Amino acid sequence: MSIQTSNQPLLAADGRPLKQSLSRALRRQKLRALALVAPLLVFVMLTFVLPICNMLFRSVENDIVSNIMPYTVNALESWTAEPDTLPDEAIFKAAFYDLSVAAKAKEHTKLGTRLNYEQTGISSTFRKSGRALSKSGKALAKEFDALDPRWNKAETFFELFTTDEADRQASDQNILDRQLFRLNQLKGQAYDPLPNFELAREKTAALPLTAREYGYWALFTSLEKNKDFTKGKVTEALYVALTDDLQNPQNKAYIDRLTGPSAELVKTAAAYFETQPNLNYAKLMKDVNKNWAEPVVWETIKLHSSRYTNGYFLNAVDMRKTADGPAVQPESKQILLILFQRTVKMSLIITVSCILLGYPVAWLLANLPMRTSNLLMILVLLPFWTSLLVRTSAWKVMLQQQGVINEVLVWLGLVATDNRLEIINNQFGTIIAMTHILLPFMILPMYSVMQTIPASYVRAAKSLGATNWTAFWRVYFPQSVPGIGAGSILVFILAIGYYITPEIVGGTEGVFISNRIAYHISSSLNWGLAAALGAILLTVVLVLYWAYDKIVGIDNVKLG
Amino acid sequence: MAKSSKNAFVKFQRVQKSYDGETLVVKDLNLELPKGEFLTMLGPSGSGKTTCLMMLAGFETATHGDILLDGVSINNIPPHQRGIGMVFQNYALFPHMTVAENLAFPLEVRKIAKAERETKIIRALEMVEMGSFAGRRPSQLSGGQQQRIALARALVFEPELVLMDEPLGALDKQLREKMQFEITNLAHALGITVVYVTHDQTEALTMSDRVAVFNDGRIQQLASPDSLYEEPENSFVAQFIGENNTLDGEVKNLSKNMAVVQLDDGSLIDCKPVNVKKVGERTRVSIRPERVEYNKKRINKQAHTLTAEVLEFIYMGDIFRTRLRVAGNDDFIIKTRNAPDQQRLTAGQQIEIGWLPKDCRALDA
Ligand SMILES: Nc1ncnc2c1ncn2[C@@H]1O[C@H](COP(=O)(O)OP(=O)(O)OP(=O)(O)O)[C@@H](O)[C@H]1O
Ligand SMILES: [Mg+2]
Repeated sequence: MSIQTSNQPLLAADGRPLKQSLSRALRRQKLRALALVAPLLVFVMLTFVLPICNMLFRSVENDIVSNIMPYTVNALESWTAEPDTLPDEAIFKAAFYDLSVAAKAKEHTKLGTRLNYEQTGISSTFRKSGRALSKSGKALAKEFDALDPRWNKAETFFELFTTDEADRQASDQNILDRQLFRLNQLKGQAYDPLPNFELAREKTAALPLTAREYGYWALFTSLEKNKDFTKGKVTEALYVALTDDLQNPQNKAYIDRLTGPSAELVKTAAAYFETQPNLNYAKLMKDVNKNWAEPVVWETIKLHSSRYTNGYFLNAVDMRKTADGPAVQPESKQILLILFQRTVKMSLIITVSCILLGYPVAWLLANLPMRTSNLLMILVLLPFWTSLLVRTSAWKVMLQQQGVINEVLVWLGLVATDNRLEIINNQFGTIIAMTHILLPFMILPMYSVMQTIPASYVRAAKSLGATNWTAFWRVYFPQSVPGIGAGSILVFILAIGYYITPEIVGGTEGVFISNRIAYHISSSLNWGLAAALGAILLTVVLVLYWAYDKIVGIDNVKLG
Repeated sequence: MAKSSKNAFVKFQRVQKSYDGETLVVKDLNLELPKGEFLTMLGPSGSGKTTCLMMLAGFETATHGDILLDGVSINNIPPHQRGIGMVFQNYALFPHMTVAENLAFPLEVRKIAKAERETKIIRALEMVEMGSFAGRRPSQLSGGQQQRIALARALVFEPELVLMDEPLGALDKQLREKMQFEITNLAHALGITVVYVTHDQTEALTMSDRVAVFNDGRIQQLASPDSLYEEPENSFVAQFIGENNTLDGEVKNLSKNMAVVQLDDGSLIDCKPVNVKKVGERTRVSIRPERVEYNKKRINKQAHTLTAEVLEFIYMGDIFRTRLRVAGNDDFIIKTRNAPDQQRLTAGQQIEIGWLPKDCRALDA
């Protein structure tokens, strides 16, 4: 064997550098380990991590406004909300078409609901507008009908806008692409474009607004409704758009240049509408619903039009977004901070109760002879074998006014029949039931720590002259603290997110923040706020965990 | 060796102990020790040594009998009032306290003022030569250092009686020997009474004033180390302490200080009767390996001789260790000093061996 110099790499038996062979061997081990955990990893990713990330994302996501009212949001960008000033005509115009389209797709109420979180009452404005939006269109449709009954048919519009097979170059694919995008955003879908449907460029130049709305409507009718858009009638809003186009002086030159079969039809209508009063979208919207004349509605839309928002988080801490930055919610709507405080406070009380009740039991478990302690352990674990719902309901039976405890107290004469104790549907009930349910999570870690404390420490303390109490307090207790820490962190984290028990025995006073989250998920459907509350709860837990790690050290936590 | 019970400091009186109500772990223990004595309890595993210590310390109660400390029965005195220092087998240093805090503990519970406490701690640490380790945690000390701290802690409150349960069990040989020396020196210097438990017989012999050999819940013999070695009273003690050769036989003739034993191969030898009562009894004869001679020049005139066959001759430097076949026993060991005139043996050789009848003790079978 030759002696290796220090800067020569060590070689393994097969002549490879030792480091390389070692890392190869380790890599194989790691791969095998990874293969073993892979199924669980995938399962957890798909069923736990991804949904949570998705949920957390909802707390800042806010594309519903810009998806449903894309033109309005665009138009509002340059508008600054000033007290008592209404937006200009262009904004009303954009809103009219956005809302007409949304109403047809039955999406306007969703937006109303979303904005209602921020501005109570706004949802009814949206809901009521849905029906009224088509009124003005209907009136104009009659006028067109009087001019020429052909205007009444969808076929006419089809012929007016489409190109011949031979004339593909002259088509305006751009408009259709954008309208398909608009439809996809609105419905949250990804439709394929319509084949063989193109708009003639000269027509889209002459009647741009009508072409836009017609393009959208055709796509919507065909792709979303699965109907033939060349038959029957067109949507009412198109007549408004057409009137707008015919009255628009910028279009005049292009209209005059129109040729082909429907050119005469358009020119006659243009001549008629030139004599009519100009279209006024502001008035039109006011007629739809008088609330559109309220600046606050527009302010709300503008305020919440961005695709990402901190609004939900502000709401989660009893604040709200205003044009002048975050502001505190009115007193009557402040509930969440109180709930957060209550959740933390009650979780702390529950944790402390669990420590007080669990410590002696854990001590007994660790110090009794094996046979007895096994029996006791079964008693401790017994609750795990019963459904959570059953245990909680049992507490309901125990604690209610006509329940076991009250009956016994009345029977003993300790409590008057008309003065029964209120120990359920309040914080007290929640604390009792949850302490009971979470107790095993406190006892088990404490037990496993205490088991590792040799009896000789207490004996040594006593032989050194300590009384039973001093020996316990100065010697045994400090060594059992890691168990208390582990149990506390477990119980506290479980308690802070508990849902079922407070829901059943908590009444209104004893509910936790998670009950509020559940309410927003399943009743008010304000998922964004629910997600924000969840995110805050998660952060609180992580911060506590971090603080605990700093103070006690997570390595000191023994769970078994 | 019985001392007058008047100056007995610790006294076990007919003490019995049972854990399960079925078997007696300690059977009829009687023991007296005077102030200042270093007594070792020696015995095989499970013989009840720790149990005795625990009864003395107050962590177990005697099922029957009395334990007296300085003439007072302590059966009803709780452990913390007994004022007995104790060193545990695993040291039991409180892991969450520093060395100084560990030492302060017995002083604090005795409500000794801070200044006095500190001087005592410093003195105790210096006594075990650990003065510079006051701020360390037990986990930052080596085994021997922990052991010394445990000793210092048991001594810092100046108890008159200190119990030590195999305190050196976890140490390596060299450190153990050093600590044995230190513990005995300290005990003598301080004049404390020590009850020491071990199952290492060398430790027992080198450290103690007296040794109590335990077996099967009883004290088999309580004597000073030299008489224990040289005058074992029964074959358990003879076998347990030091190396020992045994030959089985039957008592043929018995007088006050001479017994004639017929070995199982028929040969007759003279022995000192120690634990035989009557003629015809089975007996086990015990001879220490170093009391056997084979060198003709060295065999005493009065010595008793037998022929033996050499099975193995091991050169060990200072001594020769020879394994012989004697009276049908293949494990008869003799140890001889490597003197200039000493003769060396080879396996298969037939030799004459001899010993004095007084070195050959007839014990119970
Ligand atoms: N707490 C106990 N419960 C029941 N039996 C016990 C208990 N402690 C000891 N024993 C039994 O009592 C007998 C004597 O035990 P003890 O601990 O006194 O032995 P020891 O002489 O100290 O042995 P070692 O040298 O191994 O420490 C053993 O048979 C043991 O099994
Ligand atoms: Mg023992």
